[in-house]
Amino acid sequence: MHYPGAPELLKPASLKFILLTLVSGLLLNLLPWHGLALSFRPDFVALALLFWAIHEPRKSGFAAAWVAGLLMDVGDGVILGQHAFAYTLGVYVAIMLHRRIQRFTLWQQASHVLLLLLLLQTTMLVIRLFGGGVFPGPGYFLSCLTGAMLWPALSLLFLLPQRGRPDTDSVYSAGHK
Amino acid sequence: MEHQPFFKHGPSPLARFIFFASISLVLMVLDARLNALDSLRQIISVAVAPLQRLAMTPAELLDRTGNFFVTQARLQNENAVLRQQQLAQAAQLQRMQAMQAENIHLRNLLGVQQQRGESVVAAEIVYVGRDPFSQKITVDKGSNHKVQAGQPALDDVGVIGQVTQVYPFSSEITLLTDKDQAIPVEIVRNGARAIAFGHGQDGTLELPFMAANADIQNGDTLVTSGIDGVYPAGLPVAVVSKIERNAAFAKITCTPSAGVNRHKQILILTGEVRRFQKPEPDPAVTGTTGGKAPVSRKKRG
Repeated sequence: MHYPGAPELLKPASLKFILLTLVSGLLLNLLPWHGLALSFRPDFVALALLFWAIHEPRKSGFAAAWVAGLLMDVGDGVILGQHAFAYTLGVYVAIMLHRRIQRFTLWQQASHVLLLLLLLQTTMLVIRLFGGGVFPGPGYFLSCLTGAMLWPALSLLFLLPQRGRPDTDSVYSAGHK
Repeated sequence: MEHQPFFKHGPSPLARFIFFASISLVLMVLDARLNALDSLRQIISVAVAPLQRLAMTPAELLDRTGNFFVTQARLQNENAVLRQQQLAQAAQLQRMQAMQAENIHLRNLLGVQQQRGESVVAAEIVYVGRDPFSQKITVDKGSNHKVQAGQPALDDVGVIGQVTQVYPFSSEITLLTDKDQAIPVEIVRNGARAIAFGHGQDGTLELPFMAANADIQNGDTLVTSGIDGVYPAGLPVAVVSKIERNAAFAKITCTPSAGVNRHKQILILTGEVRRFQKPEPDPAVTGTTGGKAPVSRKKRG
């Protein structure tokens, strides 16, 4: 077990896996959410994009964020460019902060992610207010909270394929060898 | 940056961000201000549609398994109720046919233009909008089923809204309660005309521009007046629920009659959408008013 803050040696993530996470994020976002569930629904695409921006800043492209954003715009039927702009901004800030965020434990990372998600949500709010929308109430920001809560679980899941060979010194994995 | 990087990484993150952010900004301006991106939206929708289909399957499967386990008793009950309803409606239908014939006859006598016959497409609600800023639903019928933007959508009780965006196999309906949606209405009791605007979040409609002493009461039913050429006349729209008369204009709140939360099926009237030409400003009129420009009413929203 590595102590918090120690850099862990990981294999590089494969592009296929990154793509898979993004597509599943899109699918989860496009599920027929409505009502209360909708206001609690974290933005899975944003979470996946932020994750790869923090862990693979060289691979996770702005292009991916932009395309995923456009797909979300059409899927939700909103102004073209709303999600695309917010996602590229989020990815940029995440790439700028990736060295800092990587040093923290998962829950500390989650607090950073909460701020990043709030930034995304606020950006979209500002865009809509400029377009003549009305503020839909403070419940609009709930999804950031659930997104941040999901971060540790999501990190463990997304890092699974990159973990090295099982630790041969461990009692538990000895049997599998 | 002044220092030379050890490895070449291509453009810096900042440069990339500025590049993509500016394309997004241009897209937003083109889409929101000029409505110039319908074809791009159609193209992207081709990529999104399969994902949407896929995302819908779990809910559909759940729905189907739920339907499979309906008890026999419930079905029999439902059958009995439906049979009674059908009898009652058959009687009404016969009366209506007689009245329709009479109506056509009277209209012929008056030489009034025939009301257009409406054809109807039944559609199923796929999504109840995920965008918290607008009141929209997506249904499973699109341009391949003769749905056009501008056509009205109804349920069995009254008007729901209007088709605003059409894709080949689905279309978006903006509900009456959306902030940018307006519908011309008429009070059934006294025939007074007004325009109802959506209120946005709380699912109500409001009637602005009505004088404080206007003849309107709580519980008045509003129906479409039909003068816009979009909604046929006489469809129930809303019921007046609250009136405040303490300013020059009354603040009138109405509850829509139809609701998207009750059922999955709705109807789209697929008649021709009549588009009216903007009247040309009459030079004779502007001449007599001393060269004053005609007052143009600002578009709402």
